[in-house]
Amino acid sequence: MSDAIEIVVNAKVLRVEPGVTVASALLNNDHHVFRRSTTGEVRAPVCGMGICYECRVTINDVAHQRACMVTVEHGMRVDTGSAA
Amino acid sequence: MNGARRSDAIVVGAGIVGAACAAALARDGWRVTILERSFASSGTTSVGMGHLVVMDDSPEQLALTKYSLRQWRELTPTLDRRAELDACGTLWVAEDESQLAALRAKRDLYATADVATEVLDPRALSEAEPHLRRDLAGALRVTNDSVVYPPGATLGLLDDARKHGAVLRDGIGVEAIVPNGVRLASEVLRADIVVNATGPWAPRLTPALPITPRKGHLAITDRYPTFCRHQIVELGYLTSAHVMTSESVAFNIQPRSTGQVLIGSSRELVGWDAQINREILRRMLQRASHFMPRLGDLSVIRCWTGFRPATPDKLPLIGRWDPIPGLWIAAGHEGLGITTSLGTAQLLADQIAGRVPEIDPAPFSPMRALAAVHS
Repeated sequence: MSDAIEIVVNAKVLRVEPGVTVASALLNNDHHVFRRSTTGEVRAPVCGMGICYECRVTINDVAHQRACMVTVEHGMRVDTGSAA
Repeated sequence: MNGARRSDAIVVGAGIVGAACAAALARDGWRVTILERSFASSGTTSVGMGHLVVMDDSPEQLALTKYSLRQWRELTPTLDRRAELDACGTLWVAEDESQLAALRAKRDLYATADVATEVLDPRALSEAEPHLRRDLAGALRVTNDSVVYPPGATLGLLDDARKHGAVLRDGIGVEAIVPNGVRLASEVLRADIVVNATGPWAPRLTPALPITPRKGHLAITDRYPTFCRHQIVELGYLTSAHVMTSESVAFNIQPRSTGQVLIGSSRELVGWDAQINREILRRMLQRASHFMPRLGDLSVIRCWTGFRPATPDKLPLIGRWDPIPGLWIAAGHEGLGITTSLGTAQLLADQIAGRVPEIDPAPFSPMRALAAVHS
């Protein structure tokens, strides 16, 4: 990954491939907790194509962004595992 | 009723008012059957906001809401998670100096009625609710108001009724209320008393009741757990509710226990047309964004409509209906049926049992409808 870019996931710097979705970047780095349900259950991508809304994360402070529909950008902040 | 045969009561309607009446009557020893044409909470109860609030449109409304809230507080220890009770309080927000004066009058009125409040200046208001616009004149916090999930609370009341012997028969439509009974599709059920608790549908069974469906829209967002902490209402809300204009909107927002934000409110008189009126919905959301500018950044996941059972004098119809032997009415609560369900049930059960109710039942007598026609 010589051309890797950096994103910040839950305040930790992560080196990821450019051009992939946030969902791919997280899964490729063994990050499986995207958000939590109302009863606290772990949620992660199901459809990978913007339909199921299970992969929502907070991106640059905007809650409920579908990780599978957003391409990573250098310096992007991603927060996961919250109610959002 | 000790020693005597247990008398039969039929409650028509398993919304929150019917459930509360069934529970109160069952506790009094009545053998209660609840008849519900669809399923519990399938009507107005499931489409409202779930306020547990003091309201002061009239002295009678203040008395009934206050009385009801005390009963909600007594019920609180027995409510389970389904009720999603949140003691978030209410903020009445004032936009300018004239509204601030009205806010102080409200504070003084509530003080004489022993309702706990606190006036917030603009700075305190911004701290309490950072997403409200910064140029508001102030707010009145009504400390003991709460929010509840009405279908969940209704299930709890039905459990209580069943614990005291009540039976819920759902999927059973009542075709007519007859003297000391009801007519179903294929049989007549007899009972000593019948309670019509069918909300906006009550005139279908008791045609002289002056109840009109008053349509409302609501929108609910995805989960934004820190967006607001209180239920917030603009001071002009009571005007919007009081005046029976053909349509109006007023800012009213609630934090839900899931972290979602429930946004209201609208009022329309358009019969039973349940379609979403995009223009009203737009005005309602614009009104909300006017008070909370960041609201537009939130994602709304669902919008719906419902029908409040409105009466001409803004008071519910609670009491005996003389023209039909054995018939009692508990309907017409407009937008306050969740709050006033418990007070209604107690007021009704007291009158049925011949006890003197704690608050004056006369202003709520459904017979005033006939008096109004004949005068």
